Amino acid sequence: MVRRAARLYIGLVVVATGALVASRPLGASGHPHFWPDLVVLQVLFLVCDSTPNPVASRQAKWSPSSSATLAAVVLLGPVAAALVGAVSVVSIKRRIALPERLFNGAMGALSGLAAGETYLALHDGQVGLPVLSHSPWKIILPFAAAAAAHVLTNQSLIWAMYRLDRGPGMLRREALESSLPLLLVSDLGYAALGLVIASLWQVMGPFAAPLVLVPLFVARWAMGQYAEQQRAYAATMNALCQAVETKDFYTRGHGDRVSRGSGMIARQIGMRPQRTEAIMFAGMLHDVGKLGVPTQVLQKTGALTEDEYATIQLHPMRGLEIVREIGFLNEALAGIMHHHERIDGRGYPMGFAGHEIPLFARIIAVADAFDSMTSTRSYREAKTIEAAIDELRNGAGTQFDPLLVEAFIAAVKREGWRLPEPAGVPADFSTITVQDHDDPTSPLRVVEMP
Amino acid sequence: MTSHSAADRWAYWQALDSGRLLLLGAAGMLVVAAFASTTIQASGVQWRTALAFGGFIAFGELLRLALPGGREAAPIAMVGAMSYALLLRVPPYASGTPVDRSPLLVIAVAAVGMAVGALPHVAAGRPAGLTGMCTRLIAVACVAFIFRPGLAGYLVSQHYERPWYVALAVMGPLVALGWLADTVIGALIRADDVGARFSVALVDELSLQWLLGAAVCASVLITVFGAEVMGLAELAVFLGPLLVTQVAFRRYAGIRATYLQTVRSLARVTEVAGYVEEGHSRRVSRLAVAVGRVLGMNEPDLLALEYAALMHDIGQLSLAEPIPGGATLLVGAADQQRIAELGADVIRQAGVLDDVAELVRCQSWPARGHHPPPSRGSMIIKAANAFDDMVGSSTDRERSNAALDRLRLDPASYDKVVVAALAEVAGRRTAWRL
Repeated sequence: MVRRAARLYIGLVVVATGALVASRPLGASGHPHFWPDLVVLQVLFLVCDSTPNPVASRQAKWSPSSSATLAAVVLLGPVAAALVGAVSVVSIKRRIALPERLFNGAMGALSGLAAGETYLALHDGQVGLPVLSHSPWKIILPFAAAAAAHVLTNQSLIWAMYRLDRGPGMLRREALESSLPLLLVSDLGYAALGLVIASLWQVMGPFAAPLVLVPLFVARWAMGQYAEQQRAYAATMNALCQAVETKDFYTRGHGDRVSRGSGMIARQIGMRPQRTEAIMFAGMLHDVGKLGVPTQVLQKTGALTEDEYATIQLHPMRGLEIVREIGFLNEALAGIMHHHERIDGRGYPMGFAGHEIPLFARIIAVADAFDSMTSTRSYREAKTIEAAIDELRNGAGTQFDPLLVEAFIAAVKREGWRLPEPAGVPADFSTITVQDHDDPTSPLRVVEMP
Repeated sequence: MTSHSAADRWAYWQALDSGRLLLLGAAGMLVVAAFASTTIQASGVQWRTALAFGGFIAFGELLRLALPGGREAAPIAMVGAMSYALLLRVPPYASGTPVDRSPLLVIAVAAVGMAVGALPHVAAGRPAGLTGMCTRLIAVACVAFIFRPGLAGYLVSQHYERPWYVALAVMGPLVALGWLADTVIGALIRADDVGARFSVALVDELSLQWLLGAAVCASVLITVFGAEVMGLAELAVFLGPLLVTQVAFRRYAGIRATYLQTVRSLARVTEVAGYVEEGHSRRVSRLAVAVGRVLGMNEPDLLALEYAALMHDIGQLSLAEPIPGGATLLVGAADQQRIAELGADVIRQAGVLDDVAELVRCQSWPARGHHPPPSRGSMIIKAANAFDDMVGSSTDRERSNAALDRLRLDPASYDKVVVAALAEVAGRRTAWRL
């Protein structure tokens, strides 16, 4: 729900916008088709605003509707631009609460007004169809300033809203920063469309609107396909990883949880979203190489021979072999390859120590061990989160990177940790692993060679 | 769709088949004629306009767009070139300026723009994309020769009397025609390249590209009409929205490619785990797609077939221990069916690949006497899988023929039409290595 301070802020913005717009002259007298043109632009705005936004809140907001407002800035003046922007109150998008609607409308109107006044001031107080004999720069430069004013007003109003509604969370700030360049590019790209609409208006009047909508909708379609493919991709990855885990009853869901844990650490230490995505991918796939280890070795009850231990030690390299050709960051590959290295250099497969171990691998190691300890194994019950945290602290500096252990603990305290479903005794005993190579509290037993 | 390994790939001059040669020849002659005529009549050329559009085309060629299925398009270059072909005049209008742009000038400017835009690609070691450029050039030439000088002259002379929709009614169909020419030539080349039927390739091309085509056509009209008001500055202004559309398409194509690549890689888990022979899933998928193409399957079906073929053995992961040698051919029919069912269950988990799961589920059904009958895709996977189990990575003709004979001897299990197509594909494969 909207907080009290945010409600106050919304009320203030709405009232101020209303007062500002009402105090300005309408400017309808100088324009022959003021009202019809205004309605066309409002409809254009509504159509652009109401089509479902596939990459809605997470990434940049692709908002072509601003082009309608900016076309109104050129053609009809500041008040008309405010009236076009205000249309987002009645946006057909579902699930928008009334306060948010009011805020959106006021924000659209205020941004339109700001852009309109900027344009008016720089364009010698003239609005209307672009005049043929003018040098185009006499329009483009004021228009660019108007577009900048539009984006700035819009963004600062949104930013203030976030501050009041959610508090200055680290997550929010990071998400905003990461999408800012894309946001600006798409905003300015669509803003330029406003000028294109205005210049086409000179030739074909309101018919400019449907013509301009064609490329817009194609872009929308492509973004929708992108989002759909991305969902399909994630779902397929999940299914395949689960298939890999069917071999072993107790480790089901392990990859998914390690992926989440690695993501939590990555966000906690302020990693960029793109890298966070890559490390979650790596966490998901870190044990894929275990498929290369014969089942009888994974299920052996007694101590392992040197050879058997060696096949287990090789599983990170096998995993690398499988995922090497997937085009993602090399860092993620290094994470899979080295997730069993130890800070004291006694890990495998390379025996790296300290900061020789890639960051991704150090992160995955922490999440991996934690999930192993908090899951039930055939030889022991699951540890509690507190007990597992103590074990992580014990291993900090020898097995784990102490900084990352602390980051993980902080993240678990903030976000919580979803424990695996308590595993009952499986029906099919062929899928039980008796020793867990990930479990730091019970290392694999290897037969000592004489 | 299929990526050829280095050994299968031909040197560029070897890949110049007759169709491509014809295209290059036609485009080459056009360019020579265009340069000759432009040099002779250089005095009447509006150099600012030519330079602006040439730069726009070069920029568009620089930002080529990789589309799903290994296609390459340059929508922004296409917009630039077609707009230049259709452009009536730009302000400031000097009174009495004749419509001086001959179709050959349009071709010369487009050719120079494309060549300049292709240079960075060559410098970066990427393919120059000569075929694509020639296709676009010929499409633009079609538009320019129809429009200039007759229609353009008429539209300009009537400028103050005619309403705008007369111009739109002339230009709209012409733009669509230009795009269609590009698509048809592209389909011809592609049908030749991948061994598909032309009709199937054309329908694929049209259904995949029509949205992008609509955006290109609308953008050309916007540019032409907008430039009448804003002049050449319109090009700079409209580049912003065009780039946004292009970025959206690029992201879409990018995630599709990553998706396929990931499935290809993860399908190898069965190989690494020792369930199947090294390279088996990839060879089966390549064979299956080639067979599907010979049988005239369209691209969405081929994509599902490729995914299904890549993951057809994924059900083996649920077996406690690998089958000796990994060949599903050697286990009993009941076990084969169980593996197929398990694999289909895994794929169905994803929730988005149900058609793929269905192909995997039916892969062990015999071609005849099963109710319900297996789909064609499943029969293709069954035959390709059996063929690869017997032949493996070998390209020995004897071995391949022996395997095909064995498939032919069992018409109840292996569909005759599919085996015939498989024989065609296999024959091609062994012929390459000679």
